[in-house]
Amino acid sequence: MGKKTAFRLGRQLLRAVVILLLVCFVSFSLTVISPIDPLQTNIGQAALGSMSPEQIEKLEQYWGMNTPAPERFLEWLKGIVKGDLGVSLAYRQPVTDVIFEKLSNSFLLLVFSWLISAAAGVLLGMIAGAYRRRLPDKIIKTGCMVLSSTPSFWVALVILLVFSVWLKWFPIGFSIPIGVIAEDVRMAERIQHAVLPAAALSLTGVASITMHTREKMIEVMNSDYILYARAKGMGMGKILFSHGLRNVLLPAVTLQFASVSELIGGSVLVEQVFSYPGLGKAAVDAGIGGDVPLLLGITLLTSVFVIGGNLAAEILYGLIDPRLRKKEEVSKT
Amino acid sequence: MKGIRENMEENENKNQAPLLEVKHLSLSFSQYDRRLKRRTLPVIRDLSLTVKKGEIVAVVGASGSGKSLLAHAVFGILPYNARMEGEIFFQGTCLEEAFLKKIRGTKMALVPQGISWLDPLKKTGWQIRNGKNKKEDRERCRELLKRFGLDEKTAEKYPFELSGGMAKRVLLASALFENPSLVIADEPTPGLHPQAALAVMEEFRKMADEGRGILVITHDLELAVQTADRILVFYAGETIEEARASDFFSEEKLRHPYTKDLYRAMPAHGFLAENAGVQPYVLKREKNGCLYQGYCEKRCEKCLGEIPYRKSKGGYVRCIFGEEEERNYGTGSERFDISLS
Repeated sequence: MGKKTAFRLGRQLLRAVVILLLVCFVSFSLTVISPIDPLQTNIGQAALGSMSPEQIEKLEQYWGMNTPAPERFLEWLKGIVKGDLGVSLAYRQPVTDVIFEKLSNSFLLLVFSWLISAAAGVLLGMIAGAYRRRLPDKIIKTGCMVLSSTPSFWVALVILLVFSVWLKWFPIGFSIPIGVIAEDVRMAERIQHAVLPAAALSLTGVASITMHTREKMIEVMNSDYILYARAKGMGMGKILFSHGLRNVLLPAVTLQFASVSELIGGSVLVEQVFSYPGLGKAAVDAGIGGDVPLLLGITLLTSVFVIGGNLAAEILYGLIDPRLRKKEEVSKT
Repeated sequence: MKGIRENMEENENKNQAPLLEVKHLSLSFSQYDRRLKRRTLPVIRDLSLTVKKGEIVAVVGASGSGKSLLAHAVFGILPYNARMEGEIFFQGTCLEEAFLKKIRGTKMALVPQGISWLDPLKKTGWQIRNGKNKKEDRERCRELLKRFGLDEKTAEKYPFELSGGMAKRVLLASALFENPSLVIADEPTPGLHPQAALAVMEEFRKMADEGRGILVITHDLELAVQTADRILVFYAGETIEEARASDFFSEEKLRHPYTKDLYRAMPAHGFLAENAGVQPYVLKREKNGCLYQGYCEKRCEKCLGEIPYRKSKGGYVRCIFGEEEERNYGTGSERFDISLS
């Protein structure tokens, strides 16, 4: 760890903080200009009508409707600096607790679908690239075209329809069985509930990884070093594994880490379809319900994920491609 | 007469079959033109050559004449749209797929053009050893690096860390790893300064002296004359002459008008390049007749007909003026003995 590395890290960190600040500001501004009236959506027109003006004022106070926006924003920022994300208005619990609970539901889902879409995408892309213009390529390519031009919520709906409603293989929603106490839920049941949403999520991500890997694979297969490997008598399997895989991995890693945001975005829609009580659904509910602290908390967390993803990709480049690693070493000294 | 010749060839197969024998090799590509019509591009036509133990044979031709594809054809790595005719023999056995797969990389090795033939993400040591990692493999790798004047640490480097000259030597080491009896080098010298290029060629000489057969495909006539035993002049997809390297020391010993032009174009002989650089594009070539007819001074009506590839002055020539001499060469089996004289 030289001075330069520390300097670089510091700069990266500073950049991350600036980005986070901007994200906070923009999303807060969006909630301010949003036409949603938190009282009407959370309590309902009828209930509001039967309340006394004092009660309504109390509620308005609680939802922070009378405080000017800049003041609220600064107040919230002050909390953040102290590590306090505030209290969720709808759940009446600290935002951190709510997020933690929702995240633990979503985490399984996100990690699964992220890994599946990466592995399947690289594998399918390599096959398609190696068998370019032949049957496997045609099938995979068509599949990807169809998938990438289909909205993820629709894919989720179709999956739900086929596997839950018609075939009845999987439950139609939620993360745990209905009518069972949370403590009694078995892991197998949790997984069973996560399979369909995870499948829907990974399906939407797999197409782009496959197509990019395919493109790179074609380039690799046409390269001189593959010809040379063949001239040296290397078998196709060994060529694909030892020369193909690593060279193909770079675009896949870039894409997969950069698509963390898409994954979270996709989870919002997919969780909605499957009534899966995860982070995505919580974000939607917070947005619609005007639960500003929770919404901002979730936004902040996902931004951290995305920034972290990009950073991880950058570190992995060096591990995969020695050219990048050595260049850095040279510039460091 | 024919019977005797066949007999002798058979004997030769038994006693000392040439390492590599290419017989009437033709290569063409199918392609789609602008109107999406399929067309065929002939790249190599009727190429025959032999490489024996202990000799360097050079195929010399201008860039873009398709000579690299000769090496690709021998190693079975032609692109999917290539069509090959003719036969290739390795030590008397026809190189069909199963046999080829058995011997490529082990009994015959390719020295490719340059650094792009190395995987950018693999260390050079791994690539020289071709992924093998036993103790004796690493020992052999060290040995080879030393032989080609490379530091042991080179094995730990990635291709992008090598200079052009180092990369060439890594490719040479890589070729010798399995101790092949035939080495085919595709343009081993471009990008090197003259001294380094000569040093590379001298490595081939050493390999030949160890009893290997070497086929060098190059555009550098001068280097070939300096180091090879026999030279095949490749022009617009055809071999137009096969000569001893020593024939290039005097113009009279050469056979084809184009080769004579090449001779005059060499710096040592006055740089008189008139037609030495020209060659007709594949699609504009005449279907029949001499490909050089457009530039030749001696051109006559006969040049439009079939041009035979025949013996001349102890070598071969594809020209109607190439007089067939009997002299003391006798029967066709002498074809492989040119280097002796």
